[in-house]
Amino acid sequence: MSKRQYNNRVMQWVEDRLPIISLMENSGVIYPTPKNLNYWWNYGSLAGVVMVIMILTGIFLAMNYQAHPTVAFDSVERIVRDVNYGWLLRYLHMNGASMFFLLVYIHMFRGMYYGSYKAPRELLWMIGVTIYLAMMATAFMGYVLPWGQMSFWGATVITNLFSAVPVVGTDIVTWMWGGFAVDFPTLNRFFAWHYLLPFILFALVFLHLWALHTHKSNNPLGIDAKTPQDMMPFHPFYTIKDLYGLGFFMIFYLYFVFFQPNFFGEVDNYIPANPMVTPPHIVPEWYFLPFYAMLRAVPDKLGGVIVMFAGVLILYVLPWLDTSKVRSARFRPVFKQMFWIFFLDCLVLGYVGAKSPDEMFMGIMTMTTLGQIATTYYFFHFIVLLPLLGKYETTKPLPNSIAEEVAKKYAQ
Amino acid sequence: MRKLFIIALMGLSLGFAGAAHAAGGAPVPAKQNWTFTGLFGGGFDKAQLKRGGQVFFEVCNGCHSVSLMAYRNLVESGAWTEDEAKELASGFEVQDGPNDEGEMFMRPARLSDRFVSPYPNDKAAAAAHGAIPPDLSVITKARKYGPDYIHALLIGYKDEVPEGVTIPEGSNYNEFFPGNAIAMAAPLTDGAVEYADGTEATLDQLSRDVVTFLAWAAEPELEARTALGIKVLIYLVILTAMLGALKHRIWRRLSDPNLSCEDPH
Amino acid sequence: MTDNSNTLGDGSRRDFLLVSTATLGVAGTALAVWPFIHSANPAKDVLALASTEVDLSAVEEGMAITVMWRGKPVFIRHRTPSDIQMAAEVELADMRDPQADADRVQKPEWLILVGVCTHLGCIPSGQKLGDSRGEFGGWFCPCHGSHYDTSGRIRKGPAPFNLPVPPYAFTDDTNIVIG
Repeated sequence: MSKRQYNNRVMQWVEDRLPIISLMENSGVIYPTPKNLNYWWNYGSLAGVVMVIMILTGIFLAMNYQAHPTVAFDSVERIVRDVNYGWLLRYLHMNGASMFFLLVYIHMFRGMYYGSYKAPRELLWMIGVTIYLAMMATAFMGYVLPWGQMSFWGATVITNLFSAVPVVGTDIVTWMWGGFAVDFPTLNRFFAWHYLLPFILFALVFLHLWALHTHKSNNPLGIDAKTPQDMMPFHPFYTIKDLYGLGFFMIFYLYFVFFQPNFFGEVDNYIPANPMVTPPHIVPEWYFLPFYAMLRAVPDKLGGVIVMFAGVLILYVLPWLDTSKVRSARFRPVFKQMFWIFFLDCLVLGYVGAKSPDEMFMGIMTMTTLGQIATTYYFFHFIVLLPLLGKYETTKPLPNSIAEEVAKKYAQ
Repeated sequence: MRKLFIIALMGLSLGFAGAAHAAGGAPVPAKQNWTFTGLFGGGFDKAQLKRGGQVFFEVCNGCHSVSLMAYRNLVESGAWTEDEAKELASGFEVQDGPNDEGEMFMRPARLSDRFVSPYPNDKAAAAAHGAIPPDLSVITKARKYGPDYIHALLIGYKDEVPEGVTIPEGSNYNEFFPGNAIAMAAPLTDGAVEYADGTEATLDQLSRDVVTFLAWAAEPELEARTALGIKVLIYLVILTAMLGALKHRIWRRLSDPNLSCEDPH
Repeated sequence: MTDNSNTLGDGSRRDFLLVSTATLGVAGTALAVWPFIHSANPAKDVLALASTEVDLSAVEEGMAITVMWRGKPVFIRHRTPSDIQMAAEVELADMRDPQADADRVQKPEWLILVGVCTHLGCIPSGQKLGDSRGEFGGWFCPCHGSHYDTSGRIRKGPAPFNLPVPPYAFTDDTNIVIG
């Protein structure tokens, strides 16, 4: 790297001792970005913004939250009622969790549609999956903290998943609880983890960005950049585009925060935890519903747990399951349709997860049956369809260059 | 087209949350017009809030607690003056202490005290009623359909139990209670309370007023929240429009085919 | 990289759109910091904390009691005539924080003070019989050696101000409400 000169003497002084100014410039200002990214590429940075909001609101909430079963529920309500702007912090945090998942899901589906996980970006994708796992763990533990009925029974049910492990299952669960039921030790340690994990997540995001900046962004055409004319500097083009998108997102997000703060929540979580009574209909938060449906689709306890975890973990090997050399679905007519069917399948799984297992779907089958079909298709897509499509699909011809396509668009 | 698609996708995702809400057996309570449940929030009618408070303190508070509210909150709501709230509070006794002799003692409640609960603990409440009358602090947030449900429940008692429904001894038939058998006897009837402001105390009126009070107890921050929310949204709409204009202007430079970027490494 | 590609504006110095958007955005972000800062200020329930009622009838002349108010000790001393006389006769000009004794009490025999040294927050000694009361017969802070007189005024040592008098009122001859 050539030594860079800055007019500002302070900047130059810092740069000579720690080349952080040029690092920031390289990764945020003159960082080369494909000219043709569409709005689906906004969601990564949006998720980053929400992560920062979550960490900030979380730190300030933690200053008022008390992790003890006798006071946890009341301390959350005290934040809403008595702490100055406590309601704002809490509702930003609570709805922020839903927003974070919404954005990350869109970000992931975008990656799938445009083949962003393919070589040389496999590790970038895998770090992303790890971030998603860290998010799920963080969200689950955070949901326990208000110590309502759903908190308590969610914690009970999810920790009990590990009792499916042969031989040592019960011991593992007891160890996680720190007792013989979900109680004070469980709540207190979940709070500790819930505070720690976001910082691990934050570090993972840096790895994610490092991997991204090594090979640069994929793009809607899925072809590599060949000349400098395919690229343009991140600033001002994508800084302004990201900010513009952020504006729309904040309107959407803050509408819920200010006007429907409990829209994504479950009413039962406003009933203080009662270890003696399980609510009649327990469901996880919406972002876990597809996996909840997978869990319930398998009649065997251990089997259900394995399938559910496999549903997430299979994403790690996606780069090798999809054998097609063409990245973007734009040039893969069959894959494109399969993608949308898969997307629909995920929605169906989410729908099933929200329903009682014995409820009927349109009078033809139970939710369990529908969940089984959808779960089977989920894995069928990854394990059978993707490898076969790579072999037999006839792809459309790829364009020559990004620059050419952009020029065409602007010629119109 | 693309934007439509984004909206559709967000809509679908929201459908998840909606799907999670729509389940259960009891009839769906009719949607009521409340001053505080609009698309953009709302506020509390101060006179109605005060009437609801009267119903709560004269009727509900006999069995139910609202342990998260303090008498000072009445003043903060704007519906009670400080003197009115003080007088109301002084009608209740709270335990304090220990004093210099090490004894607990009773004293009249002050503004800083939480609403006095009718029973010292859940066991005492259960002993008196057979079931524990739930704390009503967040009741409108803790029940599906919130205020609509509480209202429907309060007016949903029927003397005539329909054919085929058996109600156990000591329970009452209520159309909207899950399972229909509710331990609480109909708490409100026409004229159950003589309103200080002269409003006619019909069952419907009583129910609406007390639900307003309970909704306020569940979300005392609602007015501050929606007031700030409107300002923030207006700000964001303006800012986003300006960012959009700026984006449009900057991206016009893409028509220059020589626009390029070398990797600095 | 083309020449002007990493500038936000269109090159004109007074770029109204850019400047106003940036100003609006920065102003909004700055305002959004306030809820976070304000959340650390005392919450409404803390501000509303109960006032403390004290029965003084058992405190004999020359004795003192300490009561808790807002998490801090409040010193209540039943002063002797000589205490009162000492406090009243001092030259105000000699003091670091001049204040007449009469301005610090409602009834001369009852001196009521927040018992926190104004230097760095230690609790001065002098409440119990046998405690060191410092050179001026009031209180003595063991942390850094501040001496307070029988009116709780700083007379010697590093503390900058007198011990503050909390808001209080006599509800009858022997009962007070602090706060």
